[in-house]
Amino acid sequence: MVILAASGIAAWAAGGWRLKTWIGASGAVLGCAVGIAASVPALLGGASPSLRLPWDLPLASFSVAIDSLSSFFLLPVFGISALAAIYGAGYDRPSPEHPRPSGFSWLWFNLLVASMAMVLVSRNGILFLMAWELMTIASYFLVTTHDERPQVRRAGRIYLIAAHAGTACLLVLFLLLGAHESLDFDRFSAAGPGAAAGAGTIFILAIVGFGVKAGFIPLHVWLPEAHPAAPSPVSAVMSGVMIKLGIYGLVRTISFLGEPPLWWGWVLLVIGLVSGVLGVLYALAQHELKRLLAFSSVENVGLIAMGLGLGLIGMARHSPLLLALGLGAALLHVMNHAIFKALLFLGAGSVIRSANTGEIEHLGALLKRMPMTGATFLVGAVAVSGLPPLNGFVSEFLLLLGAFAAVGTDKLPVGIAGVAVIAGVALTGGLAVACFARVFGIVFLGAPRTEAAGSASEANALMRAPMLVLAAACVVIGLASPWLLPILARVLPVVTTLPPDVPAPDLVSVRPALLGTSILGGVFLALLFLIHGWRSLLLRRRSVRDAVTWDCGYARPTPRMQYTASSFAQPILGLFAPMLGTKVSSVKPLGIFPPRASLETATPDSFRERVFRPIFVEIDRFLASVRRIQEGRVQVYVLYIALTLLALLAYQFVRNP
Amino acid sequence: MSVWGFPTLAGSLVLAPLFLGIVNRTKAAFGGRSGQPLLQVYFDLAKLIRKGAVYSRTSTWVFSAAPAASLAAALSALLLLPLAGFPAVLSFPGDLLLFTFVLATSRFLTIVAALDVGSSLEGMGASREAAFSALAEPVLLLGLAVAAREAGRDSLAGIIGNVTAADWQRAGPAFVLVAASLFAILLAENARIPVDDPNTHLELTMIHEVMILDHSGPDLALLLCGSVLKLWVMAALLAGLLLPGRTGFPVLDGLMFLAGMFALAVAIGIVESTIARLRLDRVPQFLVGAGAFAVMALALIMR
Repeated sequence: MVILAASGIAAWAAGGWRLKTWIGASGAVLGCAVGIAASVPALLGGASPSLRLPWDLPLASFSVAIDSLSSFFLLPVFGISALAAIYGAGYDRPSPEHPRPSGFSWLWFNLLVASMAMVLVSRNGILFLMAWELMTIASYFLVTTHDERPQVRRAGRIYLIAAHAGTACLLVLFLLLGAHESLDFDRFSAAGPGAAAGAGTIFILAIVGFGVKAGFIPLHVWLPEAHPAAPSPVSAVMSGVMIKLGIYGLVRTISFLGEPPLWWGWVLLVIGLVSGVLGVLYALAQHELKRLLAFSSVENVGLIAMGLGLGLIGMARHSPLLLALGLGAALLHVMNHAIFKALLFLGAGSVIRSANTGEIEHLGALLKRMPMTGATFLVGAVAVSGLPPLNGFVSEFLLLLGAFAAVGTDKLPVGIAGVAVIAGVALTGGLAVACFARVFGIVFLGAPRTEAAGSASEANALMRAPMLVLAAACVVIGLASPWLLPILARVLPVVTTLPPDVPAPDLVSVRPALLGTSILGGVFLALLFLIHGWRSLLLRRRSVRDAVTWDCGYARPTPRMQYTASSFAQPILGLFAPMLGTKVSSVKPLGIFPPRASLETATPDSFRERVFRPIFVEIDRFLASVRRIQEGRVQVYVLYIALTLLALLAYQFVRNP
Repeated sequence: MSVWGFPTLAGSLVLAPLFLGIVNRTKAAFGGRSGQPLLQVYFDLAKLIRKGAVYSRTSTWVFSAAPAASLAAALSALLLLPLAGFPAVLSFPGDLLLFTFVLATSRFLTIVAALDVGSSLEGMGASREAAFSALAEPVLLLGLAVAAREAGRDSLAGIIGNVTAADWQRAGPAFVLVAASLFAILLAENARIPVDDPNTHLELTMIHEVMILDHSGPDLALLLCGSVLKLWVMAALLAGLLLPGRTGFPVLDGLMFLAGMFALAVAIGIVESTIARLRLDRVPQFLVGAGAFAVMALALIMR
C-alpha cells in the first residue's frame, strides 16, 4: 500500500509521460503483487494478521486486520487493478492516431487502489470512513480525467453528490453502531445482538449507504454516468471492483448485526430482482458501449443482492444449506463479475480507442480487424450472460441450486422466495443473452458500418495481455470451480451467525454438483472442438466458395442494410415498454420517393428523470431561499455569530437555571 | 458416470431423426398429402454432409463455430438425460440446470452467427429468437422446479421416471399444468407452430429457419442434426416426466418410452396441423401463458 501511494506521488512528480507511465504502472503492479502475497494466506486458512496502533483522534484507532472476508475481496482489488494498470500503460502510450497521451492520472489511480485496500482491511469506523472518502475522491478525479468535456464534468458532479449522500448514511450508521463508546469493529461484533433494538435502522442505513456505491436500483443513477466518462482502465476497476466494496460493506455490517429477521432477506431479494431485471433491460436499450456495460453492472449487482437475500432468508429460517448457497453464490459472483466486467470494459476501451467511437450502431466487423480483442470480448460476453462452461454460470448455478432447495422446503415464505429467484435469475439470464449477443454481434461481426470501424486496428501488446489473462480466468473458474469451493467456504463463517444448535453451513457439500458442471462443461468444449475439427476435415477436399451474403437474391448488399442494434432490441423493449419510458422520435418515409426518414430512440434512466431530478429541483429551490442570508458583508456575518452565541446562552440558561 | 447410459445414447442418435419424420408424416396426413418418406431427415443429413460449402464474405470463424456448438450442446444435454428406464451417462445434483443452460449457450452462438453475415433477414430472426427464448427460459425452469419439488430432488435422475400412480392421484392437476406448460415450451424452443413455422424459408414471419439461411453443406447438416436432437431431448424430458416409473423389465420400459415418444410426435404433428401460426406480437402472450400454468402448478403443490 505504501508502495502504491509512493509510486503514485512519484509518478505525479516525474516529468514526461514515459517516465510517469513507467513508474506509475510498475508501482501499481508491484504494490498489487505484494498485496496479493499478503492476503492469500488468510484465505488459505492461515493466521489472519492484524495490527493496532493508538491514534489520538476521538473514537479512532489505527486498527487493521485481514480475515478471510477481507482477503476474498482483496484478491480482485489487487488482481484487477494490476491488470488494469498494465492495460493503462498501453492505453496511455501515444500512437499514430493518438499523438498525445491521454493524461491518465497515475497518482489518483494508485491512490484509488491503496484506498480500496485500506477500506477492506480497516477495523475501525473512523479509519474505514476516511479510506472510503479517499476512495470516492480518487475515483472522482479519475472519472473527470477528460474534464474538458461538459458531459464528463456533469458525470463527475452526479457521482460526487451520490457518493456523499451515501457517505452521510454511513456516518449515521457508524454512530449508531458505535453507541457502545468505541468504533472498533471487534467491539461491534462483541456488542452483537445486544444492538438489535436499532438493528433494523442500521440495516436500512447500510442498504442505502452501501447500496449507492454498489448500484442498487434506484440508487444506481451515478453508474451509467460515471463509467462511460472515465478512461477505460478506470471503468474496469470501478465497475469490476470498486462497486463491490459496497457489497463488502453490506456484508460486513450484516456480520455485526447477528441473526437477521426474515424481512431483511426479502428487502435484499426484492432489490436484487428489480436491479437485475431493470438493469439488463436498460442495458439492452443503450446505444453506447460503456453505458451499456455500466447498466449490466447494475444487473449483476442485482444477482449478487438476490444471493445475499436468499442467504439472509436461510439465516433467519436456520437453514444452513440455503444460507451457504445464497451467500456463496453472492460472493462467488462478486469475484466472477469483477473478472468478466473488467474484461469487457478493457475490450470496450480497445474498441473505443481504435475506432474513436463507442456508438454501437457505428461499429461492425471488428473481429476481423481486432481478432484478439474480439475473441476475448466473446468470452466475456458468454460469461456475463451466465452460460456454461464459463465462470458466470457457476455463480448463477449456485444461486439457482439455492432457489431449488428453497422451493423444496415446507415453509411457504421460503418457497415463494425460491420461486421468485428462479424466475428472476432465468429472466435476467435470458435477457442478458439477448443483450450481449446483440453487442458482440453488432460491434464485432457483420460489415463495418462506418469508415472509422473499417480502419480500426488491433490494440497493442500491453493492452492485449491483461484481456487474455482475464479471459483465461473466466475459463479456469468455469471449469475448476469444485476445487475453488473450499476457499469460498472459508469466507462464510465470518458472515454468518446461527444459533449453536443449527449445524454450520456446509458449502463443500455441493461439490458433486459443481464437479458435474465442470465435467459437462469440459465435455461440451471437447465435443465442440471435435465436431468443428471433423467438419473442417470433411471440407478439406470439397469446393468451398466465398460469396456475397444471401439476401433473397439481392446481390448488392451494403453495410447500411444490416440489422441494427436498435432493431435487434426492439421486440424485447416493446414488451417491457411501460417500465422503460423509451423516447422515440421519427420522421416516417412518405410518398413514392420518400425524401428523408429518420428514427431516434433514447432510453434515459427513468429513475434519474422521474425520481431524483424533481427531488433535486426542490432542494435547489429551498437552498436558493437559504442563500438570501448569505450576502457577503462581514458585519452581517458577525451579527450571525453573535446571535448564535446569544441563542446558545439562552438555551443553556433555560436548561439549567 | 454410468455405462448403462451409452446404449440409450446410441439409440437416441439413431432414432432422433425418425421423431421429426413422424411429426412431418402426421402433418402430411392431416393435410391430405402422402407426405415425405419417414426417413427423409436421414436422407437430408446424408446429402448435406457430402456437399461442399459456400460462405459469406462477411463471415468469420464465429459463423462456423455455431453449428458445431449447436450439435455439441444437444449431445451434452442428451448425456444428462435418463431415458427409457436406463440411467443417464452423467448425473449429479442440479444437472437439470445444466440441461437448460447448455442449450442456451448454443443459442447464444447461433444468434451471433446469424449476425455474423450482416444480413437484415438473419438479424431479424436472431432478434426474435433472443426475445422469445428470454421468455421461455424462466417457464422451463419453473416447470422443472415443480418436478424437482415433487420428486424431492434436484437432479434429472430423481425427476424422470419416478412418477407413480399415487403421485398422479395426489398432485394430478399440477402435473397436467406442468405438462401443458412444458409442451408449449417444447413447441416454442424447437421452432414449431404456433410460434414459428419450420416450413417457411423466405417469409418475414419465421425465426429459426431464417437464422440459418447462409449455412450450407456440412454446417447445415450439423445445425439440422442439432435441432433434431434438441427436439428429441426436450420431448424425452416431457415423456420422462409424465410416464410412470420403472416397471423393472427393461424391455417393457423401453417399449413404453418409445410409445410415449411416438404419441408426443403425433401430438406435435396434430398441433401443428390444427393451429394457425400466432401473430408475432401474440407469441409473448403464449409464452407468458405457459409461465402462468407453471406458477399455478407451483401454487398447487406448495400450498
